[in-house]
Amino acid sequence: MTSTITPYEDGPLIIRGDFELRGPDGELIEPGRATVALCRCGRSAVKPFCDGTHKVAKFKAGTGRDTPAPR
Amino acid sequence: MKLPAPRGAVSAAAIDLLSGRDVAVPAPDSDEDLQLALFICYEMAYRGWDGVDDAYEWDPGLLRLRAGLETRFEAGLHELVGPPAPVEPADVPRLLLETVEADDGPALSKYLRGRATHGQFREFVAHRSVYHLREADPHTWAIPRLSGRPKAALIEIQLDEYGGGVTDRMHQELFKKTMRWFGLDLSYGAYVDSVGAATLRVNNIMSFFGLHRRRRGAILGHLAAYEMTSSLPNRAYASGLRRLGGDADATAFYDEHVEADSVHEQIAAHDLCGSFAAAEPELAGDVLWGARCALAVDNLWAGAVLAAWADGRSSLRDC
Repeated sequence: MTSTITPYEDGPLIIRGDFELRGPDGELIEPGRATVALCRCGRSAVKPFCDGTHKVAKFKAGTGRDTPAPR
Repeated sequence: MKLPAPRGAVSAAAIDLLSGRDVAVPAPDSDEDLQLALFICYEMAYRGWDGVDDAYEWDPGLLRLRAGLETRFEAGLHELVGPPAPVEPADVPRLLLETVEADDGPALSKYLRGRATHGQFREFVAHRSVYHLREADPHTWAIPRLSGRPKAALIEIQLDEYGGGVTDRMHQELFKKTMRWFGLDLSYGAYVDSVGAATLRVNNIMSFFGLHRRRRGAILGHLAAYEMTSSLPNRAYASGLRRLGGDADATAFYDEHVEADSVHEQIAAHDLCGSFAAAEPELAGDVLWGARCALAVDNLWAGAVLAAWADGRSSLRDC
């Protein structure tokens, strides 16, 4: 299973490839599409997915690590 | 679909030409006349008109008529937003975002969420059906004109528009559920006679950008503007429809767009338009121009609909 997770500037995390979304008890979360956007700002009304609210919230975040890798 | 009724000399000429009669090409009598004539010409590249020979799609007479109309149509766009201006290719994603953030168009989605009557929402759906029943099709024309990363990005978006290949999940099909809830006619193009110039212009601009390879930058910018201004209004449409008693089937199209377009907007701005501008830097300005045109033409439409409702009129034509 290979997949990629990409942080988009001031926006969500986009997941592509061969992935499964599962809840803490292993239950499958239906993604509804091949590529999904996961909420990163915490304000979405359709979590865990993005609904575009980050724009209203003026959410700011970069596309890489904020700090160097710890090891 | 059935050919519409003419709205002036040039739309009548377009209909006559497609009916096999020799015509002189007059100037448009009005914007209604111009937009309908152009719509009639463009439809030959989509699903065609009942009783019209498909060969007219490439008929020199029809193409000559269309080219004359397009010159006027483009002049109208330049009046509205100015001509394309060169931009730094690396700035394209950021400039797209600034363009959509600066857009302060009429608050149609807010009105539909909180105030629209059942009849007004039904009119809104009838207007939008002209596009939504062929949603994504004009942008698909860009696919063979691209290569590499922008092509893959466009396909990633379009695949989702077409339901990942599952008929019932195609956005074109999902919209029928909303139309059915309102008791509207589901057949393709059923409301062309009922909508005014502003609605036809919204559709014509996509054909104008999509059918010409040289306008590939503009059609991508148009798509990006749509994707980047979609998730929040669609959430408002869904809540408005639920306020009016709409069930899950009625709102499925709008609910789908909240999630889908939150994905698409990232892909469109960065992976599609950003990488396209890097690959074809001389067209970077066209991407921004296409986005500005998309917003301006949609705002004219939203303004016309809200103005009709504010006057207590229907936003559809009597016909």
